[in-house]
Amino acid sequence: MAVLVDNDTRLAVAGITGREGSFHTLNNRRYGTNVVGGVTPGKGGQDVEGIPVFDSWAQAMESVQPNTAMIFVPPRFAADAILEAAAAGVELVIAITEGIPAHDELRVYNTLLRDHPGTRLVGPNCPGILSPGRANVGIIPASFFKQGNVGVVSRSGTLTYQIGNEIAQAGFGNSSIVGIGGDPVPGSSFVDILELFQTDPQTELIVLAGEIGGSAEEEAAQYIAENVTKPVVAYIAGFTAPAGKQMGHAGAIVSGSSGTAAAKAQALEAKGVRVGRTPTEVAELAVQILRG
Amino acid sequence: MDLLEYQGKQLFARHGLRVSDGRAVTNVQEAVAAAAEVGYPVVVKAQVLIGGRGKAGGVKLAGDEAAVRKHAGNILGMDIHGHTVHKLWIEHASDIASEYYASVLLDRSAKQPLLMFSTEGGMDIEEVAEKTPEKLIRHHVDALEGLSRAEAVEIATRGGADADVIEQVADALLALYEVWLQEDATLTEINPLIVTPEREVKALDSKVSLDGNALYRHPENQGLSDVENVDPIERRAKEQGVQYVALDGDIGILGNGAGLVMSTLDVVAQAGGRPANFLDAGGGSDAEKVKQAVELILSNDAVKAVLFNIFGGITRCDEVARGLIAAFEDLKPAVPFVVRLDGTNDVEGRRLLEEAALPNVHPAATMNEAAEKVVALAGGASATAGAAA
Repeated sequence: MAVLVDNDTRLAVAGITGREGSFHTLNNRRYGTNVVGGVTPGKGGQDVEGIPVFDSWAQAMESVQPNTAMIFVPPRFAADAILEAAAAGVELVIAITEGIPAHDELRVYNTLLRDHPGTRLVGPNCPGILSPGRANVGIIPASFFKQGNVGVVSRSGTLTYQIGNEIAQAGFGNSSIVGIGGDPVPGSSFVDILELFQTDPQTELIVLAGEIGGSAEEEAAQYIAENVTKPVVAYIAGFTAPAGKQMGHAGAIVSGSSGTAAAKAQALEAKGVRVGRTPTEVAELAVQILRG
Repeated sequence: MDLLEYQGKQLFARHGLRVSDGRAVTNVQEAVAAAAEVGYPVVVKAQVLIGGRGKAGGVKLAGDEAAVRKHAGNILGMDIHGHTVHKLWIEHASDIASEYYASVLLDRSAKQPLLMFSTEGGMDIEEVAEKTPEKLIRHHVDALEGLSRAEAVEIATRGGADADVIEQVADALLALYEVWLQEDATLTEINPLIVTPEREVKALDSKVSLDGNALYRHPENQGLSDVENVDPIERRAKEQGVQYVALDGDIGILGNGAGLVMSTLDVVAQAGGRPANFLDAGGGSDAEKVKQAVELILSNDAVKAVLFNIFGGITRCDEVARGLIAAFEDLKPAVPFVVRLDGTNDVEGRRLLEEAALPNVHPAATMNEAAEKVVALAGGASATAGAAA
């Protein structure tokens, strides 16, 4: 099974003709992802190593019927690219782009909700989604991961690789790894992805990696208590982050007394979720549960 | 990006929100001239990005030139909770009949703008929210529809604003929302929003945070904030496009990816160490970028040891190793380095480092081992940092 991306994925890429966009698109195709097209206004009719490029998402939809979009365009064009893909009927949009203005994200989130409720957005500012052995959409280094029963959802890319790799070294694999991104208004929250993992038959344990800022982890804790029967282990980064300082990610900031790592860990533990104090410890907790 | 009070007020004024006449000054002579222009009595206000200025003696009323001289002289250069006062705002003093509160912020949970209004202004709003939540109106604005005049009037009325100033308060709320929207702010706050005895509604203070990712749309807002109080290394890092946050410890940290770097700081603190900085070398960093980052970390004299924690995804460990080797050739660091390389091309990276045999560079196999090593090399665990973590 896996969630969101798999053998049925038909991927098209906004920004496929850019340096980063083409590099990662071809990487994804080498992994086995079915890449059906790309969109770059003004470059319709060209191709990237055989992948047809279209001027618009409407044209891409008509010709190659993508069900998944990856957004690789610069921040100032990203919001419109997401909405254009949604308007063309793409069901899943995965936005890798970092640095999109928060107000644009707010507009995109609310427009999707109102006008395109059939489209799910993951990201922006995320590493994408990997379902080992099936499909890779984004920039996650797939070689570290194999198929298995651990679902991972995370606000941070490299932290995911760190935790995932330790679990892999203990002999376990992943159903899917979902990066929801480090921005203040993500298209999908922890809760959205937890819901998918809960119903995915392949997933037997869920790892949640959060960080300072906002209240997505607290909301996840509540959701887990009420809706998730599978074991969840968690990690929170940023215990030493000073208040008022943005720690790399636009969304990683403690505002006054809200959004602290301590409050998030506490909220999760209060609902019975085990929280590892280091990435190694969370991997060990996961492995303990998997070995029964 | 947080703005100083006067910068926020200038944005307010640009959008039609009433503020008192004032001038930003940097010395006593300018303060005196400004006071004469705006008219006595004046308020002399320290411009720093930290709360509690009033209690620290950074806000004073002055009725004449002698008082302006005295207060401006005292406040300039004052240290307010670690922030040096470089600028004063000299403003015509206002008489106050009532103090209200108004703000607009990005509610990350609801994913909508949140407009708040209260007649309990001039106090800590978190306290009002906790003790008398019924006195704080919380209203989510539809991000796509915006704030209507009818909505603003309703909020002012429901919040209990005096009947004769409802329209003016509604104007202020509309203007505050406009600032939030059009300037790409994540927070716009007025505390207090005052009503004068002459029944004029105006902003007596301002708190504004702008979205750094949206600055390309607002060239006129670039260069705002409290530039004189920015850590000089942070400023240089920003110019070079490196994510760097100064911290107060002695262990320099470099990692790739914001989450992994935050986690590295935590693990070092748990091992009893005190990180000197957050530095995210970013995805796909090449040797040149790594060298630049090492230079930034070492320009902080407090640094006694440096930890490299890399899990290569797009970032290639061999490139990181090359960058470190180049940095050693150029900078000849005097402090020990602990290097943990995992992920893409890690074997090659580790081989390059071994061959280069850099002086005082210690490899570590895991993140935890790396943290323990670097803490020991920096002079051992400090009791306070360990407890805090």
